[in-house]
Amino acid sequence: MLILGQPWMTNVVLEARELTAGYVPDLPILRGVSVRAMRGKITLIIGPNGAGKSTLIKAIAGLVPISAGTVNFEGTDITGLRTDRLASHGIAYVPQNNNIFRSLTIRQNLDLALRRGSANGVAVLDHLFAQFPALAEKQKDKAGSLSGGQRQFLAIAMALAAEPRLILMDEPSAGLSPKATQEVLEHARVLATSGVSILLVEQNVNQAMRLSDHCYILAEGRNQIDGPSDDLRNDSVVGEIYLGGRRLRSS
Amino acid sequence: MIGVLSYLVFFATTASILAIAVLGLNLQWGNTGLFNGGVVAFFGAGAYGTLILGGPPQEGMVGGFALTYPMALLGGMAVAGVMAWIVGLLTLRLRHDYLAIATFGVAVAFENLMRNAEWLAGGAKGVRGFERPFREAIGDGFLYNLVFFVAVLLILIATYVFLERLVASPFGRLLRAIREDEEAAQSLGKSPSRVRLTAFVTGSVIMGLAGGLYGTFYAFVSPQDVLPTLTFQVWAMLIVGGAGNNRGAVFGAFLIWGAWTISGWALSRFAPVEAQLYTGSVQFILIGAVIVGMLVWRPQGLLPERLIVSQQGSNPVNKRGE
Repeated sequence: MLILGQPWMTNVVLEARELTAGYVPDLPILRGVSVRAMRGKITLIIGPNGAGKSTLIKAIAGLVPISAGTVNFEGTDITGLRTDRLASHGIAYVPQNNNIFRSLTIRQNLDLALRRGSANGVAVLDHLFAQFPALAEKQKDKAGSLSGGQRQFLAIAMALAAEPRLILMDEPSAGLSPKATQEVLEHARVLATSGVSILLVEQNVNQAMRLSDHCYILAEGRNQIDGPSDDLRNDSVVGEIYLGGRRLRSS
Repeated sequence: MIGVLSYLVFFATTASILAIAVLGLNLQWGNTGLFNGGVVAFFGAGAYGTLILGGPPQEGMVGGFALTYPMALLGGMAVAGVMAWIVGLLTLRLRHDYLAIATFGVAVAFENLMRNAEWLAGGAKGVRGFERPFREAIGDGFLYNLVFFVAVLLILIATYVFLERLVASPFGRLLRAIREDEEAAQSLGKSPSRVRLTAFVTGSVIMGLAGGLYGTFYAFVSPQDVLPTLTFQVWAMLIVGGAGNNRGAVFGAFLIWGAWTISGWALSRFAPVEAQLYTGSVQFILIGAVIVGMLVWRPQGLLPERLIVSQQGSNPVNKRGE
């Protein structure tokens, strides 16, 4: 599964090794999952319902306790680090739901997200508004008035305000129309091209595979298969894992 | 005439003191979403703290440090703050109803401690012998009450201005963000536990200030002053006035205290003699009915929360660009 020495592996940003994690003790959802995220690439995590995709990203983000395994970010061990400490390490986490503050204005949301004492706050904001013109127009509106797609863009903009090197995205397309999903995922592609690494959990398998670089498939809390997204997209094994026609790896 | 005026001053002083406590609760609940079910404990800590620190030495009691009045009042606030800090460290991991139950328990424990610890707080007899500040210079009558009212009013205004500024600052924005979604705030690198504790302690210090003024006003505090009723009264004031709105908090304090006073007077005047024994209970029922009625028909309160645009947030580019 993890084959060292392949060219795409030379620039590992984040490595999770043999993670065992779950919401309650002695009932692990993840049972020894390993993933790597590459610099400036989109690493996609997919799998059927209950595979442990969101649990994996939450465990990395410090929201689900890890009982075994390690998470390493750019050479630093961040296993079990509190969520609010991740930002200072250069990691942003975009939760699946409720990732913006609806009662605050768009501007206030972004101000809140700027790193405290950031000297170039104005430049960061200008840059974000240039990237998301729709947000610039509505900056004095309450965030609660935004459409679903715009909310995701605001959540992404807030993550970017801290100038992260890695973004953990938990199903950014949840509840979005196909068109909005496409826009959000395409924006992720733009970000990756600009050098930000992305670890992405998605349900929209087809769209996400087209836009990602490398793909891991999980099922029942374990790694099943991984490889370049383009290769896996045409692999019948993926469908079998989803449809249950393939015998899953259990160890 | 002077009788009515005198009563009005008395009424307004009590209402203003309670308004300060409601402002403290508004910071905790209205702005941060912390369900403090033990308001009276922090109010009481301020009252007892002020009177024990500023009162004369008494036999068999630990207190009676006879500090100058401002020191005693600040000391009372500090007692409330330290208590809130300890309670906060232990309970702020709890959410909503659990936090409410835990803090309610703290208030009951506080009352029982005050009732039984004679060496500390005089037990059921309470703390007596406190000398009100400037009493010798101004005397005891109407004039003193008027001066005291003006002082309380100024403190109320100062508290209001302080909280308005706090809520409009980036810290206030952070409070509302955490109230809305802790996980999202965490994902932006904010530490909700520290911010919640700061808001809890600050709100409790303000309640302690109100308690200190209350103790000063009556020059006496006993376990009867720290019964759970006060917690519910303060909550009713905030819910009716409008949680999240400082102006609503002050308005609610005057309105509910007025309703409480008038209902007490009307019951004593018009209720049949045989029912007089129960009039106190009728008032409790009224307070409960007001809370439930407001939550059902107008949960946002009479003066709902406004969207406060922080100074930085309103036009940060210009501000920072200067």
